[in-house]
Amino acid sequence: MLKDITIGQYFPGNTLIHKLDPRIKIIIISLFIFSLFFIKSFIPYIFILGFILMVVKISKVPLKFILKGIRPLLFIILITFFINIFMTRGEVLFELGPLTVTKEGLRLGFFMGIRLIFLITGTSLLTLTTSPIALTDGIEKLLTPLKRIGLPAHELAMMMTIALRFIPTLLEETDKIMKAQMARGADFESGNILNRAKNLVPLLVPLFINAFRRADELATAMEARCYRGGDNRTRLNELKLDKKDIGALVSMVVFFGIIVSTRFI
Amino acid sequence: MIKIEKATYEYKSLIDDSIQQAVKNISLEIQKGEFLVILGHNGSGKSTLAKLMNGLIIPSSGDVEVMGMNTKDEENIWNIREKAGMVFQNPDNQIVATIVEEDVAFGPENLGIPPKEIRERVDKALEVVEMVEYKSHAPHLLSGGQKQRVAIAGILAMNPDCIILDEPTAMLDPTGRIEVMNTIKKLNKVEAKTIILITHYMDEAVEADRILVMEEGNIVMEGTPKEIFSQVEKVKELGLDVPQVTELAYELKKEGIDIKNDILSIEELVELL
Repeated sequence: MLKDITIGQYFPGNTLIHKLDPRIKIIIISLFIFSLFFIKSFIPYIFILGFILMVVKISKVPLKFILKGIRPLLFIILITFFINIFMTRGEVLFELGPLTVTKEGLRLGFFMGIRLIFLITGTSLLTLTTSPIALTDGIEKLLTPLKRIGLPAHELAMMMTIALRFIPTLLEETDKIMKAQMARGADFESGNILNRAKNLVPLLVPLFINAFRRADELATAMEARCYRGGDNRTRLNELKLDKKDIGALVSMVVFFGIIVSTRFI
Repeated sequence: MIKIEKATYEYKSLIDDSIQQAVKNISLEIQKGEFLVILGHNGSGKSTLAKLMNGLIIPSSGDVEVMGMNTKDEENIWNIREKAGMVFQNPDNQIVATIVEEDVAFGPENLGIPPKEIRERVDKALEVVEMVEYKSHAPHLLSGGQKQRVAIAGILAMNPDCIILDEPTAMLDPTGRIEVMNTIKKLNKVEAKTIILITHYMDEAVEADRILVMEEGNIVMEGTPKEIFSQVEKVKELGLDVPQVTELAYELKKEGIDIKNDILSIEELVELL
């Protein structure tokens, strides 16, 4: 059950999309999200869809993977869809009991639903084609200018790396403690929500104690390996921008610029 | 290589606030290229002694010098940790990165080595521990023995002269233990690293050049494996075991069979019988 959680799941590959500099990819995705909120008609959506399909095609990520990313959020998408359908005033198309469906509502429902789906696929394409290490490196480098105003860019990136590193370890441990408690008669699966939450206490207490002990040991081990913060630190794989990165960035700035400008036509 | 002079380490007991001594007035010298094993049961102070050796803790009194650098001197602390690397018991809690080679690179990255040289060091270290084919794997998918070898590679990539291992095999299965022990032996014999191995497995201690036995913060026995394990009764009194073969020879001798009492390997015993 716990194995299904796929935070920042990475689909390894060697395509152009995989090889793009993570900084460029993060910037492009930010542009993508930004321009999505500027669109107010369906026509630019066609281009957005085209963009997504192109990235999927080049990166060779199976469509199945991307649909899997949408599934956990299906509930939110449906709620948005129906709220927009039923709550928008306008020209009444038909009535379902107390609920009225309007033409504007139907349009807005689809519009918002598609926007959410695009948002999710776009961002999951970023994590699917960028390894967690590259992603944190990219974030660190992009945040470096903000160091001057006191933002701890390196520390944030290190925290993310360690969090990603320990997710599987802690999941495994949860599984182990759960089985140990179940063997002694603990019940995690029945009762109402309140009871279930109460039953989680014997699971969470050892988990937290172990996590703190791990943190302590990891800190000692890091100190033993001369870790002293981000200053004067070098990297095994330095990020370098080359022609394809610049090319991708320029073409995407133009592309999203055109999409944003459709709002003002 | 490492010189400990009259070092004592005190800490405050969590139970009654009294001052406890984990290491009591220990003097010790470790030679370059030596394979030293420190034995002792839980709470004998052996891990504290190890942490004193690379400046993770500073002695309350006395001095610890690594290659002539005193651990009390804060300017030296990073040089000391570079020269005396430390491997811990739990492999999971010392791996930092999500990819094997990135983790091995963690030490040299901290030292500010240029990327090209880091790459060379990482490849070399992974080759020594025989984990090259796993270099782009995620650490949590490796076995315990493999994880511990990655941890050793991480230390090796810092180019230390001395490697301190604090019960590196305690959490491993028998196969993993053999893998890690073979790696440690290789580090000592082929790579000429000074090894300080803390353990409570007697069969691992047999490989050493010198053994120290600790009890309540003191060094109570010191000598070659043959010298230590021939004193079967004394070792047992300290709550430790002797290797199985040595024990067998000891029992045979007690039954009146004329046999030496410093036998450490099965081959040796077979030949004598």
